[in-house]
Amino acid sequence: MLHIDLADHARHGSSRVHRLDPRVKVIATLLFILTASLLPSGAWLSFVFLFLATLVVASQTGLGITYALRRSFVALPFALAAITLPFTVPGPAIAQFGPLTLSADGTIRFLSLLIKSWLSVQIALMMTATTAFADLLWALRELRVPRPLISIVSFMYRYMFVLADESLRLTRARASRSAAGAGRTGGGLIWRGKVAGGLVGNLALRAFERSERVYNAMLARGFQGELKTLTPPALTDTDRNTLVGWVTFLAMVGLMGFIF
Amino acid sequence: MHHTIEVHDLRFKYPDGHEALMGVSLHIEPGEKVALVGPNGAGKSTLMLHLNGILPSENGNVKVCGLPVHKDTLGKVRAAVGLVFQDPDDQLFSPTVFEDVAFGPLHMGVAETEVRQRVDAALAAVGMSAYLQRVSHHLSVGEKKRIAIATVLSMNPEILVLDEPSAGLDPRARRGLINLLRDLPQTMLVSTHDLRLVEEVFPRTVIMDQGRVAADGPTEHILSDAALLTAHGLEI
Repeated sequence: MLHIDLADHARHGSSRVHRLDPRVKVIATLLFILTASLLPSGAWLSFVFLFLATLVVASQTGLGITYALRRSFVALPFALAAITLPFTVPGPAIAQFGPLTLSADGTIRFLSLLIKSWLSVQIALMMTATTAFADLLWALRELRVPRPLISIVSFMYRYMFVLADESLRLTRARASRSAAGAGRTGGGLIWRGKVAGGLVGNLALRAFERSERVYNAMLARGFQGELKTLTPPALTDTDRNTLVGWVTFLAMVGLMGFIF
Repeated sequence: MHHTIEVHDLRFKYPDGHEALMGVSLHIEPGEKVALVGPNGAGKSTLMLHLNGILPSENGNVKVCGLPVHKDTLGKVRAAVGLVFQDPDDQLFSPTVFEDVAFGPLHMGVAETEVRQRVDAALAAVGMSAYLQRVSHHLSVGEKKRIAIATVLSMNPEILVLDEPSAGLDPRARRGLINLLRDLPQTMLVSTHDLRLVEEVFPRTVIMDQGRVAADGPTEHILSDAALLTAHGLEI
C-alpha cells in the first residue's frame, strides 16, 4: 500500500517530561516564551539561565541534549527579519559598511532577539516531541482554546495523511501515463498547467466527498452537533510541583533581567 | 426489544434525480445473519444508509427494532443499529483508536466509567486490545476494518449493518473477519461481493439489482442457481 508518512514530531518515551500532564507542558512552554520575549535586550545573565533551563529540560526528556539544539536552527532565518535593527537603531557606532552604520544598541537588540527566538523554539520543540498530538489537542481544549478550532486541527491532522496518500496516488497515476512517444514528448506549459489543475480539482472533490462520508459516519454514531469528550485526569502532585517550580524559576529570571 | 429490520416499499431518489431505490421490501428476523449482494450501483449502500436514518425515509416504511425511523426516533435507532461504512478512513475520524471507539457511547450519553469499559470490551471482541492508544493512519487496512467494527460494537447495537467489510483485505485478514462475523451474536445485514464469504457465514442471501430486491432466500439455493447469479452479474 502506498503510504506517505508525514513526519510526526512526537517521540515515544517514558521520561519524566513525557509523563507530565500535557496541560502543564503547554502552560510551561507558553510562560517560558512569554518570559523570554519580555526580557529586556542585553539581559545576558537571564539568557544564560534560560539556556541552562533548556539544557536541564533536554536532559530530562531522554531525547538527548542535542535533540532540540540541532533542530532549533530552522528558526534562525525568521530572526533575520530583524537584520535591519543594527543599522537603524540610533546609538554609538561600532563599525561602518559603506553608507551603513552599525550601532552598538542595535546590535545588542538584534542579538538578544536572536537568542530569545532560538531559546523559545527549543523549548517548543521539546514540548511537541514529548507530547502525542492527541494529548496536545485535549490539553489545548482544556485550556479553553475555542472548540471549533480544536476540531478543525484534529480533523486536519487525521485526514492530512489520507489526502497526502490520495495525492500521491494521483501523481503516480499521472506519472505512469506520461510515457514518451516516438514524436514530441511532454507538452506545452498550458497543457501541463491543465493537467496539474485537474489533479488539484480532483483532489478537492475527493476531499469534499470524503467530508460528507465522514459526517455521515459521525451521525451514525450519535453525533448531534456537539463534540463530546471524556473528562481528563486531574493534575498529580508532581504536575503541580513542577509547574510551581517552573513559574518561580521564570519569575526570578525575569526579575534578574530587569534588575541587572 | 425485537431486533428486526422491516423495510416496506422503500423508494429513494438522489437530489440529482438518480433513482436508487424503487420499492424495496425486506424483513429480517431477530438474530438472523443476512448477506446483501448485487452489482455496483444496485442500491445496497443507499438501502443501508436508510437503516439508521442517515438518508431520510418518508412515510415510516423503514422500521428498526419495531421503531419507525424518523426524526424523533433517530437517537434510539442509531443506538440500536451499528452502521459500519465501507472505507475505514471514513469510519475512523479521531486522532486515536481509543477516541474513535469511545465516540459512539460518549455521544449516546453513557457515563464515563462505562465508556471506558465498553471501549475495552469492543476492542477485545475484535482482538485489537493492544491498539488503544495507536494513531489510525498508521494501521493496516485489516486492522482499520476491525477497529471500524469495534467503533459500533461499543454502542452495544442490536443490529449490525456492514458495508463491504471484506473489501481490500488480504486472505489472512479476511479469514479473521469471517471468524469475527460468525462469532458476533448480533442481527446482521452485510453487503458484499465476496460470495465465498456469504457461503461461509450467512444462512440467508438477498440479491439487489437496479434498486429492487431481485431474489431473497436460503444462501444454498441462491448460490446454486447459476442462471440467477449470471443474470445479476454475480459469480462464485
